Amino acid sequence: MSEFALECKNLVKRYGSKEALKGIDLSFKKGNIIGLLGPNGSGKTTFIKICAGLLKQTEGSIVIDEKNIGLETKAIISYLPERTYFEDSMTVIDAIKFFETFYSDFQCEKALDMLKNLDIDVNMKFKKMSKGTKEKVQLIMVMSRKAKIYFLDEPIAGVDPAARDYVINTIINNYDENAAVVISTHLISDIENILDDVVFIKNGEIVLNDNVDRIREKSGTSIDSLFREVFKC
Amino acid sequence: MIWEFSKDKPIYTQIIEYIKMNIISGEYKPGEKLLSVREMAVLAKVNPNTMQRALQELEKDELVFSKRTSGRFITEDKNMIDELKASFAKKQIMDFYEKMKSIGLTKEEIIRYVQKIFGEMK
Repeated sequence: MSEFALECKNLVKRYGSKEALKGIDLSFKKGNIIGLLGPNGSGKTTFIKICAGLLKQTEGSIVIDEKNIGLETKAIISYLPERTYFEDSMTVIDAIKFFETFYSDFQCEKALDMLKNLDIDVNMKFKKMSKGTKEKVQLIMVMSRKAKIYFLDEPIAGVDPAARDYVINTIINNYDENAAVVISTHLISDIENILDDVVFIKNGEIVLNDNVDRIREKSGTSIDSLFREVFKC
Repeated sequence: MIWEFSKDKPIYTQIIEYIKMNIISGEYKPGEKLLSVREMAVLAKVNPNTMQRALQELEKDELVFSKRTSGRFITEDKNMIDELKASFAKKQIMDFYEKMKSIGLTKEEIIRYVQKIFGEMK
């Protein structure tokens, strides 16, 4: 069994003449929480969408838990997109049924437990929820799967600090040594303490890929400050 | 005590310092059982692997020991805790001394200042 949840080599994505990813080599170890950090338009979401099987790469190879991207990997990838994909007219229970139908690794009781802890009425429609609640429900759904790799695209953008704490606690609480968690964000200071490794992406290229504590030790600065330096406008 | 981390040092070394402080202050009693790695990671809002690494370092220094099935415990060796306290106190005093020296005070003057201020404090 490979120690890696994901391995990609020379991953390229072109949209017409624009190169969104310029030959990325990356590997994520099982049991690690990885921060995918970069400004808007750096290629983070493109990378995640390719991993999730929503986009096809132009060149290069990518394997997740030793499988090529396809039906098999969809079953072991749990993906939280940047934008909500639950219909306004759906209730929480509808979403749970949806996940139960599509994902054999969905742990219904775990989800219900987490919803109960937040006092969320499962009969509530998404339409009636605040943005923060919607984000929390989505995160609960995604983290209630027993996947091999979790991709959380901007899970803390646009929610208040209390909701951010909830997101962070949920990620730590659901830590699984056999799975990797990949979090893309530009709000680094809020999450850098929960990361093992960080990957800085700039214009479709990796400019840094290292362990958080090693970076702090070497540079004597936080990842957040380093980010501001690397991506200074 | 609450978990707070400064930005300029590795997180695991700060966790080690924090736990050592809790041992010295008696917040963690000798022989007391620690929470699980995950629970401690949640409380500190840090990565579980980082917490694990810090606890392993403390274990190497024998300030923490683990029983195979029942978890991790604070050392029962009171001498060791006293030593830890003494070395912490020494470091604080040395830092303090360096600062006082840099403003031109001699050891004797520092002691006089300390006595005067302690006298006023009651």
